[in-house]
Amino acid sequence: LPGKPSTVPGGTTVEKPARYEDAAGYNNFYEFGLDKEDPARYAKTLKPQPWTVQVEGLVNKPGRFDLEALLKLAPMEERIYRLRCVEGWSMVIPWEGYSLAELIKRVEPQGSAKYVEFVTLADDKQMPGLRSNVLNWPYVEGLRMDEALHPLTLLTFGMYGEVLPNQNGAPVRLVVPWKYGFKSGKSIVKIRFTEQQPKTAWNVAAPQEYGFYSNVNPQVSHPRWSQATERRIGEDGGGLFAKRRQTLMFNGYEAQVGQLYAGMDLKKFY
Amino acid sequence: MDRAALQRALLHPLAKPLVFALWLLPFVWLVWAAVADRLGANPAEALIRSLGDWTLRALLLVLLVTPLRITFRMPALARFRRMLGVFVFFYATLHWLAYVWFDMGFVWADVVADIPKRPFILVGSLAWLLLLALAATSFNRAIRALGAPRWQALHRAVYAIAVLALLHFFWMRAGKNNFQEVAVYAALFALVLGWRLWRRLAPQGSSVSSRI
Repeated sequence: LPGKPSTVPGGTTVEKPARYEDAAGYNNFYEFGLDKEDPARYAKTLKPQPWTVQVEGLVNKPGRFDLEALLKLAPMEERIYRLRCVEGWSMVIPWEGYSLAELIKRVEPQGSAKYVEFVTLADDKQMPGLRSNVLNWPYVEGLRMDEALHPLTLLTFGMYGEVLPNQNGAPVRLVVPWKYGFKSGKSIVKIRFTEQQPKTAWNVAAPQEYGFYSNVNPQVSHPRWSQATERRIGEDGGGLFAKRRQTLMFNGYEAQVGQLYAGMDLKKFY
Repeated sequence: MDRAALQRALLHPLAKPLVFALWLLPFVWLVWAAVADRLGANPAEALIRSLGDWTLRALLLVLLVTPLRITFRMPALARFRRMLGVFVFFYATLHWLAYVWFDMGFVWADVVADIPKRPFILVGSLAWLLLLALAATSFNRAIRALGAPRWQALHRAVYAIAVLALLHFFWMRAGKNNFQEVAVYAALFALVLGWRLWRRLAPQGSSVSSRI
């Protein structure tokens, strides 16, 4: 799944990407188990084809998009993003996809559409992790309309030049690089345009710990740990003795996305 | 194997060195895995958590000695209790050092700032301090110096350590709603601590049972 290097500002960092086996072997994807190694172990049962994504809600052109149509909807770009997990680690990962805005423009949102909700697959025949009740299934995520339309918000089909491995959210996922990783839903089956703020999975499970916005912010601690630093996986001289690095505001994408939050109290809207 | 044979095996001169070597194995394995880069994508996290797991396991085992000894009438088991207790301290110390080293980069100002911010680290550190007191008084000379009753009262702190350690584990996992393993450890700790409570409250409890 080749993609042309992206020309979107901020779309290609020159930092060193993580090893493929780390990016595809160290995942949070609770539908396949709670340990980081579980998704790589158990996601073989996921069937990424055939696949359709239902687009519905406050749009003039709702519809079902099958995967082939989505793949052809816009030219594939390679984006090299920093990914910062809320747990305090990060990786640099090359993704293939195109701006979600391309899809949004085609379905013509109505003026009343303020938010976009992403519903991900919840099929207990394919996903053994659904047996545990750690979260309300299906896993739901959401963005404000301006966040969803931002060119950095990537509808993603591949990584490292190949189609997404199942454990990384095949066949189609979101990547929102200035937010903590859990905001980027995997294996998306439904995109809904709404007036109300979506009830997102982690916000419902633990509202004091995970807000709707969940922008990477070194100044706002998680109640259980500081977010000021992160461990970069795959860094040169990395491994056990690698020093933690300072976490950057909006994960280093402040120049591109800072204006979306002008005037907002980010301690309140965490 | 019948009880007499098992008792003889426990009294064998090689029994203690064998248990010692077995409990050193996780440490040896972790050092090897760290050197050979076999700890996965996030080796620091894997090492810290693994050392924590082994601390909990050693703590469970040391608390299991007395219930097993009394239930199966095998006094020879008592020989292993001190060594297992010191192993709890050994793994707890490595666990804490790994956190200070690999998470905090040995920057003490960061450690001091981190502890009050994170309740689970606070209770974990408290548990380690209590363990330090027990390890420091684990020598025969310390027992004599304190006198048996005072020494025994001090070493009942192991029950507080068990509760703090479990709370530490529970709070650590609470951030990701991941309670499956916490529930397993909680059930096992409830068993070994509940057994003592039951012995104490049982009406037939004689002066023998109150000495546990």
